[in-house]
Amino acid sequence: MGIDHRAVWVIAEQIDCHLQSVSLQLIGQARKLADQLETTVEAILLGDNIEQQVRRLIAAGADKVYLGNAPELEVYQPELYTEIVINLAREHQPEIILIGSTDVGRELAPLVAARLKTGLTAHCIDLVLDKDSILEQRIPAYGGLLSIVCPEKRPQMATVTKGVFPTPEPDDSRSGVTIMIDIPTDLPGRIHTLEIIREEPKGVPLETASTIVAGGAGAGDKEGWNEISELAETLNAALGSTRPAVDEGWTELETMIGQSGKMVRPEVYIGVGVSGEQQHMVGIGDARVMIAINNDAKSPIFEQVDYGIVDDCREFMPVLIQKIKEYQKISS
Amino acid sequence: MLNLVVCVKAVPDPKEACHINIDPVTKTLLRCDVPLVVNPLDKHAMEAALQLKEQLDAHITVLSMGPPEAGNIVKECLALGADHGILLSDPAFGGADAFATAFTLAKAIEKIGAYDVIFCGMASSDGSTEWVGPELATFLDLPVVTMVKEIVECEERWWKVKASVENGYRLMQVQLPAVFTVTRELNKPRTLSFSGIIKARKKDVTQLGIEELGVTLESVGLKGSPTIVSKLNTQKENKRQAEIISGTRDEKAEILVQKLVDAGVL
Repeated sequence: MGIDHRAVWVIAEQIDCHLQSVSLQLIGQARKLADQLETTVEAILLGDNIEQQVRRLIAAGADKVYLGNAPELEVYQPELYTEIVINLAREHQPEIILIGSTDVGRELAPLVAARLKTGLTAHCIDLVLDKDSILEQRIPAYGGLLSIVCPEKRPQMATVTKGVFPTPEPDDSRSGVTIMIDIPTDLPGRIHTLEIIREEPKGVPLETASTIVAGGAGAGDKEGWNEISELAETLNAALGSTRPAVDEGWTELETMIGQSGKMVRPEVYIGVGVSGEQQHMVGIGDARVMIAINNDAKSPIFEQVDYGIVDDCREFMPVLIQKIKEYQKISS
Repeated sequence: MLNLVVCVKAVPDPKEACHINIDPVTKTLLRCDVPLVVNPLDKHAMEAALQLKEQLDAHITVLSMGPPEAGNIVKECLALGADHGILLSDPAFGGADAFATAFTLAKAIEKIGAYDVIFCGMASSDGSTEWVGPELATFLDLPVVTMVKEIVECEERWWKVKASVENGYRLMQVQLPAVFTVTRELNKPRTLSFSGIIKARKKDVTQLGIEELGVTLESVGLKGSPTIVSKLNTQKENKRQAEIISGTRDEKAEILVQKLVDAGVL
């Protein structure tokens, strides 16, 4: 296959030799796109002692895996990783490159896109082909859904958050090719990852929580936020947030739900002081019951939930928490 | 002396962002009266520069691209303590995606000439892309660290910074000149002071257009953007309509508790 088969690429990511679920999800979506384009799915995987992960990429739908397996690739090194992807892309001219919106992916993606002088769409919530086989990259914006395209430059590049696409069922009967890649040596050496430290996350993880209490700008201040946080704790729910709440410094970035945050699938969602902006709402899967508390009766959130309470959340939270505690006392 | 450049963006006030809509016919933004403010994360970029200036001998240039009204946010940064302001404003710059924006900012920074550290917020609240910092670093051929949450060492030409990764951090060693995009964990931005506003009156905002930058029409704005908006679907797919629970505060809370019981939460 020469340069004209224009494959769909996925830059896979591993942490401590564990393949990230978003990488498999992207392989699954790449497979659909590649089948329509009648081309191949190819993955790039970089790390150390990661040969076993190649099988999983192929079982998920990859036809070819470019494998960089060396101690210097153990963790993300910006210069080295960028150079490897650039060299491969220049040689093989992929049609599309998909990257997970992980913290590393969202640094690597623009470094690659700028070097290849092409476009890059952030945190897509859907990827389809239009009638001219151009990648339609959908993002939520201002109460609607925008389709972004990169009509002329190649490759077409997009980042996608974990959980947007389903993880494909592994098909162990699939076969694929592994290509070992050369490690570039002639790099400027101006930036080095010295170490990566990770801790066990605390609290109920958002992605798997069955009940989520999400707070937004309506909290008003840190004190108001603490009330929302207490509601989550009282209900043994995970605490989520919107971007304004993160920007105000009331909560950590890790709690942000939505297009550029986390995709969640709770059974029950309770939005407190949340306005119902699309960037946040697209992050919530089809919850069974959705509840909103907001002081603005005209807030768009009330068109997106099952039950609404129009009230100042700072006044309402203490009363609600009290009533919940009373109920818990009686029923225990 | 350390030459610092801070890139700031004027964005519609995120607290009122739910009032912004797209006109379904003209596909233009209906901003109504939502005021332009400094992008929240860019305030942390500005604060990082101000704190360095307090410790070291430093000069801060604040740089923004936007409509003429964005001059106000540049002035705000001057009042916070920046030494010089540059506003890139030209109808030709309009409609730029992250790539074209980063290219234009990079050209302006080349024009500034002396730069050691370039700070940007890690994302903008309106576009929600995070590409401008790393892409302008690429155009300037500089190393970049995104999502910086702590500056560990900054005394020499090699800096050590901590950058955010899921559930932790990565410790990066980087040689100046370099670009850093910052998270809100890095610092707590100061607020405007009266004396700062008075001092800022004597400081200049230089406005540069396409001619002053010496770039071609094809390389900036909509024409220089690899990505375009092809379609806009404003149809809301809301399958729900809220049943509004009314009554006194106590009654509303009691009904809600019952709903939570029915939903299996309690």
